[in-house]
Amino acid sequence: MSGSTSRPGRDDSPDRLYTLTGGRSRAGSDAFDLVTLVVAECDPTPGMQSEHAAILRMSQFPTALVEIAAELGLPVSIVRILLADLLGTGKISARHPRSAYRLPDLDILEQVLVGLRNL
Amino acid sequence: MDSAISDQRETRQTLQSTADNGLKIVIVGGFGVGKTTMVRSVSEIRPLNTEETMTKAGEAVDDTDGIATKTATTVAFDFGRITLDAHNVLYLFGAPGQERFWFLWDRLFSGTLGAVVLVDTRRLADSWYAIDRLEHHGTPFVVACNDFGGPAHTGDEIRAALDLPEEVPLIFCDARSRESGKHVLISLVQHLQTAVLTNQPTTPEPTP
Repeated sequence: MSGSTSRPGRDDSPDRLYTLTGGRSRAGSDAFDLVTLVVAECDPTPGMQSEHAAILRMSQFPTALVEIAAELGLPVSIVRILLADLLGTGKISARHPRSAYRLPDLDILEQVLVGLRNL
Repeated sequence: MDSAISDQRETRQTLQSTADNGLKIVIVGGFGVGKTTMVRSVSEIRPLNTEETMTKAGEAVDDTDGIATKTATTVAFDFGRITLDAHNVLYLFGAPGQERFWFLWDRLFSGTLGAVVLVDTRRLADSWYAIDRLEHHGTPFVVACNDFGGPAHTGDEIRAALDLPEEVPLIFCDARSRESGKHVLISLVQHLQTAVLTNQPTTPEPTP
């Protein structure tokens, strides 16, 4: 990643990130995992905050939080807040990961193994 | 980089609409050990990069032993993606082994299936900290030795140098090879299956 000045987020002034999230520095909940899949439930509308509109365009098909963060060039924590806004207003739905426990269940592991072997 | 990013956007591969379960595996290793190479060799997308920042205004900070300042902690990481089937999507994260990264481990990688510790046999000591932290967090892992063409070490020598418990698999690999990367991931998942079946932790219980 040379030319880091081209990457939004990293070198942005805190003011810009503060503005993006309406002054909040944390999401209402930590419900959004890095791999929570986000699906748009509506199209962007005129006048919508540009980051919200970008997320809706990006998530017409399921898209993980971490992919949205990479595409927008914003820190994960900022994207969590933006997604919480959209979820709260019903503009997206969220498919959270099923295996949140230390050891995943055998069914999931078998599915992962089959998927990897088929690569 | 800008043109590469826009090219990638134009061809961004979307997931199937049925995809509903994201899974995580983390590849941990020191600088230059081949994390991104391994992610790239097995990923269906060009590896992407993002970051998490924890600032004073962010989450409450409790366990800050050894962290001198709380003002800003930023960790950048690469990731790739493997669609396993209509529902399951596996994300591979290449993560640095440095101290500030472990500071954010729970926040970023809780619920991860397991980890691959990628090591360079010429710099085994670089992996000690990562192995120690994974054991502390109770995250199951395998150790994969990336082949850099250095002097050959036996598995026993590497195990001894890493003080690796008997049950932790040790694999030799070539991070540039898709087949080799696949083999490492399969070994990890088999290790997880064994851990579930024997119903015991694969690593010592985390110390409180």
